[in-house]
Order: sequence, then C-alpha cells, then structure tokens
Amino acid sequence: MMASDEPTAEISCTVNGQPVRAHVPVRQSLVDFVRHGLGLTGSHVGCEHGVCGACHAVVDGRVVRGCLMLAVQVDGRTVTTIETDQPTAQMRALQDAFFERAALQCGFCTPGMILQASELLTRTAAPTRAEIRDALSGNYCRCTGYHAIVDAVETAAARLRDKAAA
Amino acid sequence: MKPPRFDYLRPQTLAEALELLDRHGGDAAILAGGQSLMPMLNLRVAQPAVLIDINAVPELDRIGRSGDRLSLGGRARHNDVFRSAEVAQAAPLLTVALEHVAHEAIRNRGTLGGSLALADPAAELPACMVCLDAEIVAASVKGERRIPAGAFFQGLYTTTLEPNEILARVDVPAAGTDWRFGFDEVARRRGDFAMAGVAVAVREESKAVAECRISLLGVEMSPRRMEAVEMCLLDAPLGTAANIVAAQSALRDTLEPIEGSEIPPEYRIQIARELLARVIRAMAAPVSGKRTH
Repeated sequence: MMASDEPTAEISCTVNGQPVRAHVPVRQSLVDFVRHGLGLTGSHVGCEHGVCGACHAVVDGRVVRGCLMLAVQVDGRTVTTIETDQPTAQMRALQDAFFERAALQCGFCTPGMILQASELLTRTAAPTRAEIRDALSGNYCRCTGYHAIVDAVETAAARLRDKAAA
Repeated sequence: MKPPRFDYLRPQTLAEALELLDRHGGDAAILAGGQSLMPMLNLRVAQPAVLIDINAVPELDRIGRSGDRLSLGGRARHNDVFRSAEVAQAAPLLTVALEHVAHEAIRNRGTLGGSLALADPAAELPACMVCLDAEIVAASVKGERRIPAGAFFQGLYTTTLEPNEILARVDVPAAGTDWRFGFDEVARRRGDFAMAGVAVAVREESKAVAECRISLLGVEMSPRRMEAVEMCLLDAPLGTAANIVAAQSALRDTLEPIEGSEIPPEYRIQIARELLARVIRAMAAPVSGKRTH
C-alpha cells in the first residue's frame, strides 16, 4: 500500500538480465525494491544504515550497499543480485568454495560476501589473506567468524587461477 | 529505519542542478554518493524536503591533470580516486589515505565532494586537503568561488559552503619530485572511523626539510595546519630524533581534542603523538612490503 501523497517515480532498468519497469516510491531503497517489488530476497536487510553489507547488489558492475541507494537511482541501470542465472566465474567458484568449507552458518551475510569477494577476485587474481580481509571489512558475519570465509575466498581464487592457466 | 518522505529531483546539467539548489536552498540536500546522507535519512537525523540527485550531471566526476594542478570532480568516487594513476603520481597522499576510507562498497559510491562537504572530524579527505594546500571550488548560480582548504573547514560538520552552493571540484597542487608524503591512522577496525590520524607533507632541499605541512584527523573538531609542530621539523634531515621529540611535544601543546566522546581526549593525543613519530620515521626510512596477517 502506498499513501496517495507518497512521491513516486517510474523507473526502467535491467535486473539479472531481465528488463524491468516499475512504479516506486522515491524514498524506497534498492534492496527493498528488489525484495518487495521483484521478490528477489537474496539481498538481505540488516542494519539499514550501510554498516553490515548484507544488502549488497551490483549496479553497473560495481558492488553497492542496497540500503544506501534508492530504487529510483537505478533507473536506466543494470542491477545484478545473487539470484542471477548468469553468475560470473568468480561467483560460481566462490559459491562452491563457501559450501565446501562451510563458510557460512545462518547464511544471512553470504550473498553480500559472495558479491564483494567476487569483485575482489575480478580485480585481483591472487589476493593475500590481508587483502581478502580488507575487501570484506565492510561485510559482517555474526556466526562463523571470518576464518572459514577467508579460506573459501583463497580456495576460489586458487581454482580460478588454475583454470585460467589450464 | 526508512527515510522520511522527500521530493526527488534529478537534474541533467550542472546549471539545472544549481538553479534547483538556488530555489530550494536550505530545504534541499544534494544526493551524490549517499553514503552518509542515506544513513542520516534512514536514521531520520536529516529530513530534507527535497533531494537533488547530481548523479546524472556530466563531468562532475572528472579526474584530470593540467600542468601543475590536479583537478578532482566533486562527484569523483573514492575508488576512482584511489585507483587513479594520475592521482597516485600527482597527489600520492590521497592514494595512501584512501586505503583507510570505509569499505569497498562504500568507496564504490561515496564521493570526494561528499566527504569534504560533510566535514566529519574523523574523515581522512578533509585532513588530506588541508595538508595538500588544496583549493575547493564551490559553484552556485552566481558562478564559482575558490576556497583554500585551510579556510573551508569551520568545525564539527561545518564548512563555509553556502546552502545554494555545490562542491564542484577540488584543485590540488601536483606534487613535485622533491615532496614526500606520509599518512597513518588508528581505528578499531579497518575502514572504521579513526580515533586519530596524521597527514604529513614535506619538501626537502639539500637533505633538509625546507617546507612542511601537517594536519590531523579524528582528534580535533576539524582539520587545520599544525604550524607549531611543522616548525620543529624545519632545517634538519627528516627523521632527526630530537626534532621528532620536539614535534611530539609541540603537538601536545597545540591540540584541542574532541571532548565528551567515548574516547578520552588524552588517549587521542597519545595516539596522535605516536602516529606523528611513526609517520615521520617511515617517511625518513621507507620500507616496502605488504601487510601479512
């Protein structure tokens, strides 16, 4: 339900490869839009003030806080969420490595972690553990701690390098 | 945790943005990266009637060098400045300091102009601009106004920017090869707000310090030149032990640390003194290598 005096806007964008047109309240965040407007609930709403990283989405190739960008701001842009059926090689390798290393428990932070780590591996093929920790410093995990997550990113990076060398 | 209602405007040119800002003035907020404004809206500590989104305005994110001046657009994203080869060459202090600015996703959106206009006392970029002797260019419907960084920051979240002005760009003097820079800070967590940080710029002539500029972040309400401290380092090789001790002592006498936060003022001074010595020693005897942990 929208109040009749709620300022709204028409937007058109591409989400996970599909064209989307929508009528959104201008104050709606990107993460609320993909969750409630599009049913893509893989981006999670955690702190809603840019601290936890659970709401990450990719806009025009860059990872952003979904709670700090407005839905109206993705008008004309390309959005990718964890649900994409065209994941990058980095995303696939990370998903496998997270699963194998049990680098998650409740899974709330995992989509944000995968997207952020994917951006790192796209830029840096062989990150050090310190670089992995720096890249993920804006993503909170409250269950497993970070050791297994860093392990999984290292493993994914090594496999991607092997594949590139093969 | 949802923002209050606002009207949303997305000008397509700088002229249009400036007209809108002139019309709405104090009722409007400029939406650039949104990495501070959006949390403030979500927490409802800011309730502007109108958001003027400048993300569609062309050229505002330009990074370019002409001669001895590096120009950085107000909407230049932190990560674009951080990874710019031109910046690394002409203003390496910014490259080093930006490593400490927030986290990847925040740096992907957050902007230089936003950080400077907000003037958070713990922010790295305001202190760096003071240390670099940069000029801030404010634009309004009346034209442009140039403000030295040292006069721009007026106190806690306070600058000389008028309600009808946009921080259009920052002009930084490109560093000559005789300049060296140092930066370090202490924060509880990588990317978190600094409890104290130090930026140092030094020009040497015949192996002695001829010019020196020092500014701090996270210690005082807003950044300023630490002239009494700078004096201590002049006319001797950088890293001279007695001068470092004198500079540390001058720093203690000069600082007016933030009161009333959870971090005791004495502790901020202690960190600042230690960082000052560390930064100067590192500049005097640079060692390369990656952090390993």
